[in-house]
Amino acid sequence: MSYLEYRMRTVPTGLRKILYMNWPLVILVTAVACIGFLMLYSVAGGSYLPWAEPQMKRFALGMVMMFAVAMVPIWFWRNIAGLAYGLSLFLLILVEYIGVTGMGAQRWIDLGFMRLQPSELGKITLVMALAAYYDWLNIEKTSRPQWVLLPVIMILVPTFLVLKQPDLGTAILMGAGGGIMMFLAGVHWIYFAIVIILGIAAVWIVLATRGTEYQLLNDYQYRRIDTFIDPANDPLGAGYHITQSKIALGSGGWTGRGFMQGTQSRLNFLPEKHTDFIFTTLAEEFGFIGAISLLTLYGLILFFCITSALQNRDRFGALITLGVGVTFFLFFAVNMSMVMGLAPVVGVPLPLVSWGGTAMLVLLGAFGLAHSAHVHRPREKR
Amino acid sequence: MNNKPNDNQASNRVVSRRALILGGVQLSFMGILGLRMRFMQVEQADQFRLLAEENRVNLRLIPPVRGLIYDRFGDIIAENEQNYRVVMVREDVDDIEATIARLARLVELNPDDLDRATKELKRRSPFVPVTIADRLNWEDFSEIAVNAPALPGVTTEVGSSRHYPQGADFAHVIGYVGPVSDYDLGKLEDPDPLLQIPKFQIGKVGVETKLESKLRGRAGTLRIEVNSAGRVMRELDRRPGIPGDNLQLTVDAMLQNFVQARIGNDSAAAVVMDVNNGDVLAIGSAPSFDPNKFVRGISVADYADLTENEFRPLANKSIQGAYPPGSTFKMVTALAGLEAGVINQEERIFCGGYKQLGNRRFHCWRRGGHGKVPLMEAIFQSCDVFFYETAERVGIENITKMANKLGLGIRHDLPMSAIHSGITPTKAWKRDWASKAEDRTASWLVGDSLNAGIGQGFVLTSPLQLAVMSARIASGKAVVPRLIKTINGIETDILETAELDINPVHLKAVRDGMIAVSNKQRGTAFRSRIIEEGMQMAGKTGTSQVRNITAAERARGVTRNRDLPWNRRDHALFVAFAPHAAPKIAVSVVVEHGGGGSTAAAPIARDIVLQALFKGLPPLTAYPSSQRGTIQELHENLELRDPTEVSDSRLKI
Repeated sequence: MSYLEYRMRTVPTGLRKILYMNWPLVILVTAVACIGFLMLYSVAGGSYLPWAEPQMKRFALGMVMMFAVAMVPIWFWRNIAGLAYGLSLFLLILVEYIGVTGMGAQRWIDLGFMRLQPSELGKITLVMALAAYYDWLNIEKTSRPQWVLLPVIMILVPTFLVLKQPDLGTAILMGAGGGIMMFLAGVHWIYFAIVIILGIAAVWIVLATRGTEYQLLNDYQYRRIDTFIDPANDPLGAGYHITQSKIALGSGGWTGRGFMQGTQSRLNFLPEKHTDFIFTTLAEEFGFIGAISLLTLYGLILFFCITSALQNRDRFGALITLGVGVTFFLFFAVNMSMVMGLAPVVGVPLPLVSWGGTAMLVLLGAFGLAHSAHVHRPREKR
Repeated sequence: MNNKPNDNQASNRVVSRRALILGGVQLSFMGILGLRMRFMQVEQADQFRLLAEENRVNLRLIPPVRGLIYDRFGDIIAENEQNYRVVMVREDVDDIEATIARLARLVELNPDDLDRATKELKRRSPFVPVTIADRLNWEDFSEIAVNAPALPGVTTEVGSSRHYPQGADFAHVIGYVGPVSDYDLGKLEDPDPLLQIPKFQIGKVGVETKLESKLRGRAGTLRIEVNSAGRVMRELDRRPGIPGDNLQLTVDAMLQNFVQARIGNDSAAAVVMDVNNGDVLAIGSAPSFDPNKFVRGISVADYADLTENEFRPLANKSIQGAYPPGSTFKMVTALAGLEAGVINQEERIFCGGYKQLGNRRFHCWRRGGHGKVPLMEAIFQSCDVFFYETAERVGIENITKMANKLGLGIRHDLPMSAIHSGITPTKAWKRDWASKAEDRTASWLVGDSLNAGIGQGFVLTSPLQLAVMSARIASGKAVVPRLIKTINGIETDILETAELDINPVHLKAVRDGMIAVSNKQRGTAFRSRIIEEGMQMAGKTGTSQVRNITAAERARGVTRNRDLPWNRRDHALFVAFAPHAAPKIAVSVVVEHGGGGSTAAAPIARDIVLQALFKGLPPLTAYPSSQRGTIQELHENLELRDPTEVSDSRLKI
């Protein structure tokens, strides 16, 4: 575990590291963030306040953080992965006691200058911890039951804590993210097949126990499922969000209604228009062309994460880069499915676009890790 | 700890392979998202665009301007008044209590309204304007408007509400409007969406309700953009409504005013009609009430005053009242007898003060009897026995047929509420009537015919019907009353004025009798004669009993009216037409429990006739010289409206 293993001589040093960063990724992330500023400006009715301006400041702070993280050698991050994981678990437990609840979900700790959501932090520290675990683990042992059980526990503990908050969206993202990390590390197919079968069974049990005293989810969570299946049966209640969101999205057409011309968002028919449902405003105002462009930008970010990982012969570096990509993918995939009526409404923001401090900072920090892995990857020669 | 296997080819192969698989899965999922976007935004775009539009646009109704009502000469009777109100928007007010206190220093606020308003302020969305004070006068309104900067959240609004400048004069004719009640909504099959507008006013009584569909007009629409909370963002377009039709009544407001003033102190009704075309020139009922109070929402105390009044101010006696016509019915009996040939103009019938029928005596009003009287004298002296005899000979069916021909017992369809059809009995009618209670005799008795012959017994008529009767006798035409002269400037049809199917000779005989009533020395209404040449009226008095006079009472002398309690006294009636040489107008007057027709009703009828013929207060020279003193006093005490008062809102004709 010595850094000597990384062939110091082939790794760039000092400020030269900046040149070796994954620049396409930096540009793409900035582009997506700019789309976010534009949309926040629009949903505020053509005003930098209350959302666009603070979001820009956070993005600037996040970029500084990203570069800082990128400058630090990747082995440092590997070495503190366990510590970070432990810290985020501690924060997740702490938030149960001193946290503030907002809007029935998403607990945070008020740090004064910002609201820290341990669950956001937890997503990335879990990825780090898993990457470090599989980096450490002998490849031969990867699929042995006892070595499979340990990461499963590592995933389930924070997932369970987040689910208790209750924040179903983040819990799903965490569980799925962790599972995909295990898949990437090469755990045998059979485990995933078993999990999928068990998952289907679990869904059946969850639905079957509804209304009995053993019911596993809260009533509001069941209602979200109902609403997802048929939003029309409660158009002004629980189905309101999804119905209005689909109307906004669909009414955009090919080219949209034009910047700041979206009636659904401007007239407040859209719920959470600056956070989880911001994509619908984009789709309404810029139409199919705008929506598909954002999806393409997201796709390119994933592409550059994967190519960077494929070039990286360091197992931790490759896994952390892929993990960051997976986390990012899950964010936008779940959010977009949700607003398009393909998935139930679970509170997941649109990455880099939705209003939200912790998510932005954590995500940029995570991209910093990917950059660090890219900069500090093992090289054959200079 | 294992040796660093980072560069282990096997490990990297696994990660790379799985990374590519994952990349493929991610790509296909993004493909699904892209297709879904395409489906929603391209294929279904129109449908969603429509839904978004429905969300965004709200349709509001603009209440139309209610049609105005004028009299026959264009005097305004019902108009729409600017209604100044003060509204408050909660979200713009810093401190509701303090603002209301400041407002209260400027204008007087009704504590009840205030209570309701503060409750509503708390209940409604913060941006919804709530009415704090209504119907302010211009001074208070401008006071608040000037002080608006000091009263954040308080704004002034101008609305429209009904106003009746002639007050009580037309309360019974055109009625009044009021807010839509649940009862109104339940009655209508397909309610106009306008009725859902809070405080929208519809006609409740009289012309206002009967011609509601003409007066209301059609709502305009206002398309506004609203946000999800219903707040108005901007106006998209506005289509003005169609105002209601303006109506012109056949009534002459000046004459109506005089009629109301003249009968005002009694419980009475009077109708004036044009004998040629049936135009109702005045249709009064007293006492009356101020319809404007009902528009505003009448107070419980005021309403109790109206309902508890023995004179029933809320009843429109001219059409809703049904009175035994008494002697005013004798023309009907006479014409029935003449037409049937059972009497003629020359035949004299002996009146000895009563007519014996089996063991019953039917008395004449004059105890000593009139001796042998011909028809003419029987009419002007109002001999009862003559008509008992005629009725016995001609039978009830003929009498009723004649009554119906002259407009009695028939519903005259004026646009007014609760019109009474009166009763002209037949044998079938009595059977039906008897079946409704056990102690009633079903068979028609000769005595019933005798009573009907002098307008007592079962016969009931309304003042309107009596006016129609005298108009038909005067003109010989089947005139039908008409109340609405024009709708939106278009003259309404004058209903059938065919000749009556009555021998003109017989009509003339009856008319001659009526002329004698108020022009011949011994006529029952000689005291109420007119001496102005060419304006003399013909008439008939009527005094109808509302109680039975027992044989015992008759033996010791009939109690005089003024010794009876008011509601046991006789009704006083008078029907007339004038001028008798070339009739123009027909008049009927009923004074409830007024005593005698000649003393209580005939003088009123004469004053109305003169007022109508002179189109203003008549000169004293029209009256017999001995009466001029009392008439002058009467004229001076009448509270008439200043004719110039409403001239500025006259209809341009």
